[in-house]
Amino acid sequence: MVEAIRFRDDKIHEEPAVSLDAFLDQSNATAVRIEAGENARLLLPLLDRLALIEVDFPVFGDGRGYSAAQILREAGYTGELRASGDVLVDQIAYMRRCGFDAFAPDAPIDPKVMDKALELYDAVYQGTTDSRAPIWKLRHG
Amino acid sequence: MYQYDKYDQQMVDTRVAEFRDQVERRLAGELTEDQFKPLRLMNGLYLQLHAYMLRVAIPYGTLNGKQMRMLGHIARKYDRDYGHFTTRQNIQYNWIKLEDAPDILADLASVEMHAIQTSGNCIRNISSDQYAGAAADEIADPRPWAEILRQWSSFHPEFSYLPRKFKIAVIASDEDRAAMRLHDIGIQLVHKDGELGAKFFVGGGMGRTPMIGPEIRDFVPADELISYAEACLRVYNRYGRRDNKYKARIKILVHELGKEEYTRQVEEEFAHMKTLGLNPPVEELARISEYFADPAFEAGASDDLDLSDPDFNLWVDQNTVAHKQAGYSIAIISLKPQGGIPGDASSAQIDLMADLAEQYSFDELRVTHSQNIVLPHVKKSDLYALWQKLDEAGLAPANLDLITDSIACPGLDYCSLANARSIPLAQKISERFADLGRQRELGELKLKISGCINACGHHHAGHIGILGVDRKGTENYQLLLGGSAAEDTSLAKITGPGFSEDGVIDAIETVTDLYLKERQEDERFIDTYRRVGMARFKEAIYG
Repeated sequence: MVEAIRFRDDKIHEEPAVSLDAFLDQSNATAVRIEAGENARLLLPLLDRLALIEVDFPVFGDGRGYSAAQILREAGYTGELRASGDVLVDQIAYMRRCGFDAFAPDAPIDPKVMDKALELYDAVYQGTTDSRAPIWKLRHG
Repeated sequence: MYQYDKYDQQMVDTRVAEFRDQVERRLAGELTEDQFKPLRLMNGLYLQLHAYMLRVAIPYGTLNGKQMRMLGHIARKYDRDYGHFTTRQNIQYNWIKLEDAPDILADLASVEMHAIQTSGNCIRNISSDQYAGAAADEIADPRPWAEILRQWSSFHPEFSYLPRKFKIAVIASDEDRAAMRLHDIGIQLVHKDGELGAKFFVGGGMGRTPMIGPEIRDFVPADELISYAEACLRVYNRYGRRDNKYKARIKILVHELGKEEYTRQVEEEFAHMKTLGLNPPVEELARISEYFADPAFEAGASDDLDLSDPDFNLWVDQNTVAHKQAGYSIAIISLKPQGGIPGDASSAQIDLMADLAEQYSFDELRVTHSQNIVLPHVKKSDLYALWQKLDEAGLAPANLDLITDSIACPGLDYCSLANARSIPLAQKISERFADLGRQRELGELKLKISGCINACGHHHAGHIGILGVDRKGTENYQLLLGGSAAEDTSLAKITGPGFSEDGVIDAIETVTDLYLKERQEDERFIDTYRRVGMARFKEAIYG
């Protein structure tokens, strides 16, 4: 198991993430795992119960998890949002922009390469849930 | 023309640095080819049959002389002294070395250009009407809207790993010169109650399953454009098929859900997206629009032309288009010389076109989706001098929209996907129909050739289309009739069994002969075909 990467100060949530079906069927779980293709919106009425949502990337080219993350953050979810699976270093910056703040990659990620990638772009063109001001906002105040 | 501010420049400069680092990691073996592939694709770098191919973005097909000259420089320095203008208004180079790619991107960045998202499963270069800002029939210049979309779609974190590539076109007139309804999203600017906005068509495309995009919204206001586009994309990113590459385009999703259900989901998402503050203020559209203000046209320039030189007369008649400004013309440089490769230009020709743009067209050029170059603002009194210089350089074929002005994909000569060669066929057809008098007698005739089912040569949209297939190890060509990429969009149908290379040229002659026999008054080929029907043509071809 490769060590998880976290951009949060709180303690790692210890409870194992249950499947979406299992979570929707029971009332006391606090961590859930969404597979690619599952509807993240089903969680929206229950967000205040959740401390960890893990979104799986079966292959790095499957981008459904980016929308899942945005939907959860747009709805106000503030708990840990973890990308797991085929997560590569060159995807992490975009994942951060979509609201992921923890990563459990299948293969190890070189922290130096990751830090460099995350610091590379000073500005962004579009608004996302990471709240960075898009370039048009910088232009017009 | 749009000019980068410090932010735009910083974005492309950063991209160069990022890609340089990625290439170094690849060359050092830290990235596998599988991991590197999506990264290089998002910088327009393909691995083709013989070498890397680099596709450079020309946003909405507009560029200036300095940028054009840089394209010539790249051809000379890093390639085999030529470039190939593409059906997405871009240019591609076929003989690139991986280790040179970062330097090429740096050269491009120095003239406000890039290769960002010219391939990969992301939002590609935005295309537009090649006559934007010059056309007599447009209600507004579509390019500021295309630029807003370019910026929004660049490095979009949510939509960079879509099920498949995603193409957007923006036009602003009823005549469609950009194949708008054959795009994943086609946008037509329209007025509603005096306000300018966007009509959205979603789910058009060519490829294996050609479809004409249905209209899903008649009006999106300027200050909601981005949230509406986001809604269209999010529904696609979540629900577009990922199980089968050939069913992954948005057209399949729209088709399988049905237009109504797709629209309903988009509207639901849009209602939510509107609340997120995603749209640039109207001041941003105004800021960008200023860059596209009319050049300083000479008031009262004369419309008179001395047409006593018969060759010039032919060129003016065929290759110039009405301009919105009195005394000016839109001049089209055909990159389809007899026996030539459609869309190819040598570095010397590229340089010359750059010079001529500076001298005669307010420093502007356009690339068309039919692989020609436009000088959008030429004073009529300059046309003769311009034509003479073009003619000397082999750039004055007077064949715009005629049968030899064909579109052809790179085909099996370059492309790793192709089943058959396209270029030699286009060359042979242009030889067979070389007589300009005969071409003009046939009139407007859009011939489009693809070397495989992926349809990069737009064969579905050809009045006459040709599809190269592999039949038991030999190249075979199917003939299609009746397509159109214009406002009367239609999809061509296969006539029947395929032909050899020479056989398909004979078949084209058969159908054009039949057209000449059957046509009424000033019907174009496509009009006669539509009136007479496939059966008559089939009978003539197969007996």
